[in-house]
Amino acid sequence: MTDKPVAASMNGDPAPRLRRPRSCGLVCMLVRRTLAGLVVLWAISALIFAGTQILPGDVATAMLGQQATPEAVAAIRKQLDLEAPPVMRYVSWLGGVLHGDLGQSTSNRQDIAASIAPRLSNTLMLAGLAAAISVPLALLLGAISARFAGSPADRTINVVTLGAISLPEFFAGYLLIAYFSVTLGWFPSGSTVSANMDLLSRLSAMALPTATLVIAVLGHMMRMTRAALLSVMSAPYIETAELKGLSPWRVIWKHALPNALSPIINVVALNMAYLVVGVVVVEVIFVYPGMGQYMVDHVAKRDVPVVQACGLIFAAVYILLNLIADLASVIANPRLRHPR
Amino acid sequence: MSRTFRPYLLVTFAFLVLAVFVFIAIFAPWIAPHQVSDVVGGVWEAPSATALLGTDNLGRDLLSRIIWGARITLAVAALATLIAFVAGVSLGLLAAMKRGWVDQALSRGNDLLMAIPTLIFALVVLAVLPKNIVVLVFVMAALDATRVFRVSRAVAADIAVLDYVEVARMRGEGWGWIMLREILPNAAAPLLAEFGMRFAFAVLFLSTLSFLGLGIQPPVADWGSLVKENKDGLLFGIFAALIPGGAIVLLAISVNVIVDWILSRAARLRGELANG
Repeated sequence: MTDKPVAASMNGDPAPRLRRPRSCGLVCMLVRRTLAGLVVLWAISALIFAGTQILPGDVATAMLGQQATPEAVAAIRKQLDLEAPPVMRYVSWLGGVLHGDLGQSTSNRQDIAASIAPRLSNTLMLAGLAAAISVPLALLLGAISARFAGSPADRTINVVTLGAISLPEFFAGYLLIAYFSVTLGWFPSGSTVSANMDLLSRLSAMALPTATLVIAVLGHMMRMTRAALLSVMSAPYIETAELKGLSPWRVIWKHALPNALSPIINVVALNMAYLVVGVVVVEVIFVYPGMGQYMVDHVAKRDVPVVQACGLIFAAVYILLNLIADLASVIANPRLRHPR
Repeated sequence: MSRTFRPYLLVTFAFLVLAVFVFIAIFAPWIAPHQVSDVVGGVWEAPSATALLGTDNLGRDLLSRIIWGARITLAVAALATLIAFVAGVSLGLLAAMKRGWVDQALSRGNDLLMAIPTLIFALVVLAVLPKNIVVLVFVMAALDATRVFRVSRAVAADIAVLDYVEVARMRGEGWGWIMLREILPNAAAPLLAEFGMRFAFAVLFLSTLSFLGLGIQPPVADWGSLVKENKDGLLFGIFAALIPGGAIVLLAISVNVIVDWILSRAARLRGELANG
């Protein structure tokens, strides 16, 4: 905070620009970004609420269908408290959310928070498993590809990952089912996991959904790793390191990787954020009892409170991961700490 | 080097695939051997003379349904991308040119929309809106427009500070003229590539929504709904669901290859200009 006048006088700048962002320590930056993330989250809660309440389609008619009698519509409206002005409803909804009360499902009258909790942990477990496999694999393949750039190995990895990027999750998922579950019979095609399953059968049930998610994110992370490494590899100090007689792997590990880390971390975290969304489709394919399947089910039933709650949680996780991406890349690259 | 040879083969193939799909989509009524919802045999029959790719979950001809599906898939994806581009590019150029509070308001609003994952946003909105194709196109277009806005604003911001734009401004041209005649033509190459990418994305997104049962509603079917309809057959060893799925993948890969080619060609041209 106090270093600003010093910096200005050291530059000998006669008229320091007033709008210049103060150079700010790491902690201060963390706090600032986190606050910004919270503001965005709040704005999104408003947006999600507005999206479901103020759009032309009326919630009550949407739930009952076009043929609903006016009395039934009025009953639902009263029951959902739709007669109150939208702003009041938003405030009471947000207040509930902040107290962990996500409201009641309109389709089966269950408490949403209670139904979501186990599903959220299932979803996080699936995404976490996929992340634990895909991130090291992407870094390894990216390093191999950068080390042998232009070679057949590099080209093979390139073509395979390009193909993997273009595979929509549902196609990759069904290919895996067709081969590993129907033809070979190794893994179950549906992944109904429950709390009292032992770890091994649980992992076996999660194998195919995890593989589908890995395929979905691996390509992008690997290609970005390769690109980040290669862009550093053309720098003079890499040439120096090579001329010193260091082994190529040592050059990559010790000299190239630390400088390429910032973009790599960024893309890894962005892909983790993508995982959280990709999980929705994968859960539907494999009938995995997670948040995504829950949300899609209730979109079809037009169960608005559930959809709002799920949407908010997904958005919060997504924002959190984006925030981590931001912060991690700043930590990995000190140059980003002083925005010009 | 073999580099000069292989990409061209791939690009030619990609253009060919795209051309075939577009042809099929346009001439579907003449090409399809059966009507879209005609029942021609039993459930999930093997390929035969009447049904070249076998039958689907209700005994309809799978080939015909894929051909009709090409029409819906391509039309909806193209329309959504087009609307997204008209909205996104015009707002993006406007923001880049006007700067100031217009830019701030548009950009911050856009950031906010982009902070919600696309699929989640679509699910939230589709939970309330009526299920029909028009709504679907506009929801897809609105979500896509945010990405288009960001790219076109970034591209245009680089161009808006160049000398010839400054000259046009000094000459007293209006901002609409500058946008259309000075900035847009010079932003065309990256925007064209972006269009291709957005189109591939729209195909995948539409298929995903239909697969989840929230996109195109029966009796009409796009490729995503065909996967959904036939997915249960997979467990009995009927691979009917993989054929429309494969069509989606083939289309997405082809468009991506073409986009790659456009981008690398533009980069090469720029390189030659810089060197020459």
